[in-house]
Amino acid sequence: MRHLTQDELVLFYYRERGGMDRQQAEEHLQACDLCRQEFASLAQALEAVASLPLPERDENYGREVWTRIRPRLADKIERRWNFILPLRTWALAGSVAVLLVVAFWGGRVWQQRQTMVAASIPAPARERILMVAVGDHLERAQMLLVEVMHQDAGGQVDVSQTRQLAEDLVQSNRLYRQTALRAGDAGMANVLDELERVLLHISHSPNEISGDDLKSLQHQIASQGILFKVRVVELEAQEKQKSAGSHRHGTAL
Amino acid sequence: MEANDGAAQVLARDQESFRVLVEQHSRAVFRLAFRMTGNEHDAEDIVQETFLRAYRALDQFEARANFGTWLHRVAINCALDHLRRIKRREQELYLERVPQEEEGDPLSSLPSGGPTPERLLLSVELKKKIEGAMLELTHRERAAFVMRHFDGCSIDEIGKALGMHGNAAKNAVFRAVQKLREALHPMVNS
Repeated sequence: MRHLTQDELVLFYYRERGGMDRQQAEEHLQACDLCRQEFASLAQALEAVASLPLPERDENYGREVWTRIRPRLADKIERRWNFILPLRTWALAGSVAVLLVVAFWGGRVWQQRQTMVAASIPAPARERILMVAVGDHLERAQMLLVEVMHQDAGGQVDVSQTRQLAEDLVQSNRLYRQTALRAGDAGMANVLDELERVLLHISHSPNEISGDDLKSLQHQIASQGILFKVRVVELEAQEKQKSAGSHRHGTAL
Repeated sequence: MEANDGAAQVLARDQESFRVLVEQHSRAVFRLAFRMTGNEHDAEDIVQETFLRAYRALDQFEARANFGTWLHRVAINCALDHLRRIKRREQELYLERVPQEEEGDPLSSLPSGGPTPERLLLSVELKKKIEGAMLELTHRERAAFVMRHFDGCSIDEIGKALGMHGNAAKNAVFRAVQKLREALHPMVNS
């Protein structure tokens, strides 16, 4: 019977592949007092290390970091624009991004406009990117809202999965809302703002909520007609994509 | 939207959108930086440098990659650079970390005993031992160990982040564990 080496014990502890097969190692550890003691000692040491304290940073920490780095960020941008090479890099990156968007619609407008692609992404391109990207986001949001609306509000309700999805969607929703605002699409920004409140409500809930809390949440969604508004915005986004496509076809003809 | 999708990459090129990413990842970067340095002040510097460097290098971020993983790599490299810069005064800074009363108890992971005065004394001693042992690791060993032990990164991910082959990354983890165990041996054993 071969004993586990120190390295194999470490790999076993971290569930990494390599050395002895995991099942074999487990069987050996059950059968061998020496290796079992050695593994226990290793685990004890590593768990002691893991228990070292860590200073806490609260949920506002990200905002504090942003406040600190923001002035330096502006400085960096300015410096970059003072050099020809970075400018060309930006232009290339911008061109690639716009090329991807325009390829979605097809046609030759890109050929006419490619010389306009500069170091930053122009507003129309930004809006088109938004329209493409926001579709998937709204679809996921709708699924979440529908799930909440159809959940049975009896007793304690497990909303852990919904909460997790809401957490994911909050970040992206904020990004899309801000981009919609900058693109001048106030209608979409408003709906995304309302949606964000609901997502935040869900993401801040515990994993299990009472039937009454669920009813209150369902009431919030229903009374504000959020599901309907999200559907409308999604349809509008699709229409904008289509009209951009047909316009391009028209131009091509 | 996950922070790693293509649209995020494009949108993140302006400051407002980048702010969302900063807010989302700051705490994780801080934890990593603190574990690398053991010092809050240094960790704060690393957090800022990480985001500034990430912003500058957004062009290099691949759309299909995970933004968090990519940022992790940037943070690790910032921490290594920082540690190199402060190497001479590292020991002094490392020992000036969190106040004793806020610290946890490494002994809690050990079997037996209540909070007797002897046990409390041992806890403080063990903490010092662990901190000292972490300090004794080379920067790469520490980086590899922190990534593996605290952040659950695979050996492959560690290798990529530190620019080393898988075997080298694995050996760095092995060496770190071995050194830590040796340092803690009189106080932590079965």
